[in-house]
Amino acid sequence: MAAHDPRLVRTLYRSLRLIRRAEERLAEIYPSDKIKSPVHLSIGQEAASVGVCDALEPDDVVSATYRGHAAYLAKGGSLPAMIAEMYGKATGCAAGKGGSMHLVSAERHVIGASAVVGTNIPIAVGHALAFRRQGRDRVVVCFFGDGATEEGVFYESLNFAALHRLPVLFVCENNHYAIHEPLAKRWATDRLGERVATYGMKTHLVPDADVFAIRDGAAAAIARMRAGGGPEFMECRVYRWREHVGPNEDYDAGYRSRDEAVPWMDGDQVARLAAMLEADVRAAVDAEVEAEIDAAVAFAETSPPPAPDALFAHVFAG
Amino acid sequence: MSSPDSGVASAPSTAPAGEDRRVLSYVDALREAVAQEMERDASVFVMGLDVDDHKAIQGSTRGLVERFGPDRVFTTPLSEDAMTGVAIGAAMAGMRPIHVHIRNDFLMLCMNQLVNMAAKSHYMYGGAVTVPLVVRSMIGKSWGQGAQHSQALHAMFMHVPGLKVVAPSNAHDAKGCLIAAIRDDNPVIFVEHRLLYFSDAYVPAEPFVTEFGRAAVRAPGDDITLVGVSNMVMECLRARELLAEVGVSAEVVDPISLMPLDTDTIAASARRTGRLLVVDNAWTTCGASAEIIARVVEDPGTGGTVAVRRLGFAPTTCPTTPWLEQGFYPNPATIAASARRMVDPSAAPWEPDPEKAQLAYQKQFRGPF
Ligand SMILES: Cc1ncc(C[n+]2csc(CCOP(=O)(O)OP(=O)(O)O)c2C)c(N)n1
Ligand SMILES: [Mg+2]
Repeated sequence: MAAHDPRLVRTLYRSLRLIRRAEERLAEIYPSDKIKSPVHLSIGQEAASVGVCDALEPDDVVSATYRGHAAYLAKGGSLPAMIAEMYGKATGCAAGKGGSMHLVSAERHVIGASAVVGTNIPIAVGHALAFRRQGRDRVVVCFFGDGATEEGVFYESLNFAALHRLPVLFVCENNHYAIHEPLAKRWATDRLGERVATYGMKTHLVPDADVFAIRDGAAAAIARMRAGGGPEFMECRVYRWREHVGPNEDYDAGYRSRDEAVPWMDGDQVARLAAMLEADVRAAVDAEVEAEIDAAVAFAETSPPPAPDALFAHVFAG
Repeated sequence: MSSPDSGVASAPSTAPAGEDRRVLSYVDALREAVAQEMERDASVFVMGLDVDDHKAIQGSTRGLVERFGPDRVFTTPLSEDAMTGVAIGAAMAGMRPIHVHIRNDFLMLCMNQLVNMAAKSHYMYGGAVTVPLVVRSMIGKSWGQGAQHSQALHAMFMHVPGLKVVAPSNAHDAKGCLIAAIRDDNPVIFVEHRLLYFSDAYVPAEPFVTEFGRAAVRAPGDDITLVGVSNMVMECLRARELLAEVGVSAEVVDPISLMPLDTDTIAASARRTGRLLVVDNAWTTCGASAEIIARVVEDPGTGGTVAVRRLGFAPTTCPTTPWLEQGFYPNPATIAASARRMVDPSAAPWEPDPEKAQLAYQKQFRGPF
């Protein structure tokens, strides 16, 4: 394996570790009922968000789904505001109105996440259209799942983005399931990249969640996009370790086996990058991450709930 | 007085005798209705995201794939628009599909096919084509369902001629209405409520139909008529108990089917009590509550003799945070307080005991979904 720049390893590890530990912590908190909303964890899938977002400039835009903690955090979204949002507090990133499924960060350019599958795809394309009209050099990354590629709006969006050579990187986090339904019950073939390529864009497949491959692939695509090369598509094969929604594992539910998960767990990018770091560097990152999470949880716990009349705020703008 | 959520629901209001005294939950009633119709009629089939997984649409399709096989009970890709068209096409070709969605919100992806094809075809083709389609979906509530998993959009469908819309409030009607929907030669939008799934009622074991366009008086009263839609029937029944404590006698009417709508029963009750409070589990603007009140007031026999009022969702998006979600929904306390003001505008403001206003299902419900 080629040696990776230790600074890059540290950066990627910190982001991976923060997301992993934050979600593990949320899963521990969940049974206390302090988080009264559906929570979709990314545990096992972090590399897609971390690899892609590392290739972005601060001004670039990320669009995510209800399984969006990883993308939000990888783009630099505030962890205290995310956890406060899940606690339903006024200090949450959406003022407590959106919960885990609707994370948003105007400062970090994470456009609001949606829980209706596929809805975020054309919205991301619309951002790209706007940036082009505004003559700005920004690019848009749109994350979505394998299931989202079954919605007509996905293909309609690909076509439009390709037609107008818009700066969007479409990133499919293919975790092989839509809720409990495997790909084999939903697709006649798994040649997703081929399907997409026929719309007129470059496609990439990262079959093993390798965070460096995802990062490098995204960086090259984004460089081409900034030079006017038009949209590209990246399929990141990943695996969801926990249940579709909620904090637990569900290998006993019958729709998949733990055996299927084992190779993915063996290839865990968090552990892989941890092992690449000097012990003291790793310990320092870990300690920093734990402290950051402790502070974020404390912030959420002690933040005030929204005032009752906040119910009526934000129906209309202006 | 019977209590709708502790033990057996009060619908139908008189407990039947003998074998019919079987208690069933709403979710099991849905399942039984489909199983019996699939048994009876080979043209009935069930399609929709996740109908065949171990969660079985929160239990409502449990066991169907094992019993009827994957040709008649199957999941689909996430392609609601196309799948709705496929279901409509199959219905036109002689099948009786039941298309299932875990949330009412997702019907927005089906709207074009439902409104422009399903609703129109029989008329637009001069009766040459029929669309015997059932579209099941569930309204979500609580545990932070939020903006996109809590909507109740039945009024959008009521608006369109050619679509029938039913919203059963209890297990008995869930079974009767679902069988009626399957046997109906028209597209029927079948509106379920997440929190009703584990409410029980007496439900006959044999197949039966609950006729559309016939409201039911769930509990008698003299001072005010409360009309509840979907789970708001349960909340109105609890409000009625609260009102009894301050000497107000409320009649509770359940429309059951929203389109066709039984205006006569509602108007007759409202004329007798002189007051009509319609409580929808939805927004009020252009909603079922607006329609019900307009029809009652337009009824030549009613004229201006009935005082009317609506309650429904706050005119906002549904927030996830429980602190705001509370204020979003009508509840037995707000229903009772509104009804009291209508009956006795000069009475001192009254707030029912919040503990007594709680419904058991709301205390029990816990996520993650
Ligand atoms: C339009 C729409 N249909 C159905 C659902 C219910 N639903 C929520 S998540 C999900 C699966 C999505 O799978 P995928 O896109 O692969 O994302 P993953 O959850 O695996 O990350 C479904 C069917 C929904 N939210 N929106
Ligand atoms: Mg998936």
